[in-house]
Amino acid sequence: MLGDALLFQLGYNASLVTLGALLLGVAAGVAGTFLFLRKRALVSDAISHATLPGVGLAFIVMVALGGDGRSLPGLLFGAALSAGAGLLCVQWLSRRTRLGEDAAIGAVLSVFFGFGIVLLTIVQTMNAGRQAGLEGFLLGSTAGMLRDEALLLAVSAGLVLALVMLLRRPLTLAAFDPGFSEVTGWRPGWIDLAMMGIVLLVTVVGLKVVGLILIVALLIVPPVTARFWTERVDVVVITAGVLGGLAGYLGAAISATAPALPTGPIVVLVSFALFGLSLLCAPGRGVLASVLRHQRYQRRVHVRQGLLALASGQPIYERLTHRLLRRAGLIRADGVATTAGQAAAAKAQLDETRWALVRADQTFATAAARYDGLTAIEDVLTPDQITDVDSRLSRPQAVS
Amino acid sequence: MSVALVSDAAGAADRAARTASPLSVRGLTVSYGETPALFSVDVTVRAGAMTAIVGPNGAGKSTMLKAALGVIKPLAGSVAVFGQPLAKMRDAIAYVPQRASVDWNFPTRVIDVVLMGLYRDLGLLGRVRAKHRARAMACLDRVGMTDFATRQIGQLSGGQQQRVFLARALAQEADIYLLDEPFAGVDAATEKAIIAVLKDLRDAGRTVLAVHHDLTTVPAYFDDVILLNREVVAAGPVDEVFTEALLQTTYGGRLETARIQAETVAG
Repeated sequence: MLGDALLFQLGYNASLVTLGALLLGVAAGVAGTFLFLRKRALVSDAISHATLPGVGLAFIVMVALGGDGRSLPGLLFGAALSAGAGLLCVQWLSRRTRLGEDAAIGAVLSVFFGFGIVLLTIVQTMNAGRQAGLEGFLLGSTAGMLRDEALLLAVSAGLVLALVMLLRRPLTLAAFDPGFSEVTGWRPGWIDLAMMGIVLLVTVVGLKVVGLILIVALLIVPPVTARFWTERVDVVVITAGVLGGLAGYLGAAISATAPALPTGPIVVLVSFALFGLSLLCAPGRGVLASVLRHQRYQRRVHVRQGLLALASGQPIYERLTHRLLRRAGLIRADGVATTAGQAAAAKAQLDETRWALVRADQTFATAAARYDGLTAIEDVLTPDQITDVDSRLSRPQAVS
Repeated sequence: MSVALVSDAAGAADRAARTASPLSVRGLTVSYGETPALFSVDVTVRAGAMTAIVGPNGAGKSTMLKAALGVIKPLAGSVAVFGQPLAKMRDAIAYVPQRASVDWNFPTRVIDVVLMGLYRDLGLLGRVRAKHRARAMACLDRVGMTDFATRQIGQLSGGQQQRVFLARALAQEADIYLLDEPFAGVDAATEKAIIAVLKDLRDAGRTVLAVHHDLTTVPAYFDDVILLNREVVAAGPVDEVFTEALLQTTYGGRLETARIQAETVAG
């Protein structure tokens, strides 16, 4: 069943939904990357909640004009207008008043959403409004996705990709270093506005698929996930697009296998699963990798300290040190050094003595900067330099 | 009150010299809310010289630099670059912001940061070609950072980050270099490397203007100095302006503290 869904074999409508969710996922992941890097992720939450009054008002106006209130272009146009108004409110509140952006987002989000709910209730009481299905905009409904809707998603996704491609340099500069962006001639204010425009487009066209409450997850989770895998902006953008598309595709396919599974929430859950996987398993920035790295480092420190203790004839108290040295065959069970242990201890002691001289001598300043108590001196100095150090070591020195 | 390099009673010849100045600021006033940060600043920077902006904390040193660049919108005042409006002359300017002003956890590598200095040439869609990479690497070489080209910027020390920022400014190949606290929180080796690069720039006829906090190094590093405390107290060659009396006027009771702070920061 799932296999059929994944291969677009589950009928026309299910295939349309899967394709639409895939395209939306790509667009949202790409659009959300710069929002996340600019640390303005939550503005998208205000934008999406601010679409609701627009949907309600558009319905009422279209009915009042004698048209069909359910016309999707009309509803989306209304959504875009009120989302734009909400965005401007956030911008104005956070720039012109003493309110922070977080407070502005909270205020705008709740007020617009509240007003939207009131309007939806009014629509329910209207004759034309009973079968309007506007609640679909809250949590998404893909049941009756039309060819036109899928086409709209495709065109929008293409537009988002083209815009981000065109503006990738200004978007990067504005997120990393707004002052430098200004000096380059790209005003951060305008770039932010363009970025918000792109996000608004994705939000509005994604409303019907995942709903306004969950669209923020599609914008933010893929870039956050992508960040675990790379240290380059361009790769973050591409990876976020791929992960978003993957979540949309898998999520829609899974929800198609059972009639009761809602598409939007499943897409978000799949997206979260990809996030969890990355959080744990990504090399470099993942949790497992950093735990392993920490453990390896801790072991090196313990072995080093153990060897130095052996060299100076001190007993080893720490159990971890004891165990590590024992396992490496450097000491016997009673804590006495083996032949190999004696050699390693002598080497560690020699390293330390050489390092002490290198660190005290200004001519070795660059080498001394690499001292971490673990690195063997051969990794830092040339054989000639070591001979030089050793010749100085053999000279009598004041030892305290 | 202001003492510019060119006196107000300037004649036509002086006015001509003034328009030729790489950076000239007139009546620059900036305020944060109702608090004035900078009041009616007149400054004319001498071409081919290294100029320091010096003054106590809160004197508006960084503000002056940012306002001159349009990063902060001034309340009043005008800025001319070689006698032309700033917007026309962006190519002539390279900028090194304060190191603390950016997000060093940003997903980008050292070489990518230096390439940002070429964005003005590359435009929105121009492809980064081998010659651009070579230019970026040459700039990294001038600050001794070629070995770090593919490192993530968050892995660098403070001094290394500052060198990368300087390399990015070098990539801009500008006539005027504006630097905001280039020596703040960097190691001694980096400070030496940066000053050497800046002196090379000056010797090649470029103009350098830097916000500077360490009074002890002003005479050794700079040719001219602007003493700033919300307004220009004095401006001119170091040996004329960097005097005990004028420093007292600029810093007031804070002069000793400023010296001690500079010592600790530099040490």
